[in-house]
Amino acid sequence: MAQMKFMCDAERCIECNGCVTACKNANEVEWGVQRRRVVTLNDGEASEVSISVACMHCDDAPCMAVCPTDCFYKTDDGIVLHDKDLCIGCGYCLYACPFGAPQFLKQSAFGERGKMDKCTFCAGGPADSKEEEYEKYGANRIAEGKLPLCAEMCSTKALLAGDAQTVADIFRQRVVHRGHKDGAWSEVNRQGPDTAAAMDHLAYDATRQG
Amino acid sequence: MSKQKRTMTLTGWLAIMLMMVMSLGFASQAMAQSADPERELTTSVGAATPDTWRQVRSGETGPNFRDSRAESTYNLINASGESWRQIRNRWVSPFGLIAIGGMLGLITLFYLIFGRKELDEPRTGRKLLRWTLLERSLHWTVATLFIVLALTGLNLLFGKFVFRGLLGDAFWGAMISGTKILHNYLGPIFGVLLVILLAKLFWHNIPRKHDLTWFKKGGGLIGKGHADAGFANAGEKGWYWLLATAGIAVIASGLVLDFPNYGQGRDTMQWANVIHAVGALGLTAVALGHIYIGTVGTEGSLEGMATGYVDECWAKEHHNLWYEEVKDKTVSAEEAGRSGLDDEPAPQRTS
Repeated sequence: MAQMKFMCDAERCIECNGCVTACKNANEVEWGVQRRRVVTLNDGEASEVSISVACMHCDDAPCMAVCPTDCFYKTDDGIVLHDKDLCIGCGYCLYACPFGAPQFLKQSAFGERGKMDKCTFCAGGPADSKEEEYEKYGANRIAEGKLPLCAEMCSTKALLAGDAQTVADIFRQRVVHRGHKDGAWSEVNRQGPDTAAAMDHLAYDATRQG
Repeated sequence: MSKQKRTMTLTGWLAIMLMMVMSLGFASQAMAQSADPERELTTSVGAATPDTWRQVRSGETGPNFRDSRAESTYNLINASGESWRQIRNRWVSPFGLIAIGGMLGLITLFYLIFGRKELDEPRTGRKLLRWTLLERSLHWTVATLFIVLALTGLNLLFGKFVFRGLLGDAFWGAMISGTKILHNYLGPIFGVLLVILLAKLFWHNIPRKHDLTWFKKGGGLIGKGHADAGFANAGEKGWYWLLATAGIAVIASGLVLDFPNYGQGRDTMQWANVIHAVGALGLTAVALGHIYIGTVGTEGSLEGMATGYVDECWAKEHHNLWYEEVKDKTVSAEEAGRSGLDDEPAPQRTS
């Protein structure tokens, strides 16, 4: 069975927010809820880096572990979904989530938050009909054999979605092509003795595709 | 003529376009040959340093941190979330259960070994006013709310392990939803009433010297005879001050959790939740002791909080110092019965 994962290649993300828009459009989520966000670190500095974040469908999901109603479940594809009929809007999943994925329509007195909403990996959720499913959880592209729209529409293919093994393979290939030891989410080792060689490789790779 | 001209123009255009495309190809080839490593390094590679990721892990956000989500106050990684989860699930939940279960076990054991604490001497039939109608109303309202809040709180923490499988999703959904609503709306009422009750009983609960002796004698369990006690004995004072400290902490942290409209962040909520759960589980465990002593554990206690009056003999044995103060104010059972229903007309209690 596939283990579905997202992975954002921070060195490719150009902060275009296309994923955010694609998600919003695919799932028609309610006003005020934005299932995916783009975070930029050191904006405007030389070390600026952006990354797209949503539910990462954790193997050992903290939201599942703390939910008082036990409304979360994992599909066979490793996608973390939740049942809005069971959700009481207590907010615990939000306290626990490392990625700030769970969102609530409101934050009113007496803990009135409404039902939690989060990224479903475009896999919908529990419902009696397709219409109800779309209404409550958004698109079920997985059922149609498609991947999440955010990743599908990513213009630089920074955001990857799919089986963990495949995603890892693609990313590994990129790292190899980039030609430096820690070419993933880190800087090139500019100080080392191999700097010149690394630069050469990098320039060479850039002319092909990396 | 015109047709020929048009064809020529078209051919001209095509030729120009072909040249442009070809020149593009040549140009890119030329660029490839003279790619400047320096330039590629600065343009094609993000420079997120290990320090950047360390900063992300710590949850700090500098002035140049951006989040595309509207009005977001989040950092990139909510690192304390996992700590909160571990504290709640690995420590608070199991030890809360041990505390409450342990207390139930201890009480049962105590009852089996020592049994009910009967009055040493026969009742005189004369009654003393101990709790006014207002105090009793407050006490029972607070007590009822406490029990509802404790049960709903326990359901929020442990219910999913028991009831979901037992009752099915539809019933469990309604049950847990009702639980949350009860807990969130009754909580603040409990808070306000408990503060009023604490204020009302403040003067009875100021620690005195003889309270130390009471503790040394284990409330009369160690050694012979009863320990000295005023209106409130040291054990009751202990319960009072536990409510005045831990109780207030539970109420305050509960309000933090209950009113997210003030925009408190996730970190604040995590701490509030831990304080709330630890305090509430502890109080629930101790409350079991309070309930035991006040009902089956001691003869004559419950009638005090139920009718307002206690037997003279009970007062003498359990609260000897208070008894000395008020022994002239005894009333007959009939008078007590009457005024217990009315709004306490005649007898004035002094403490």
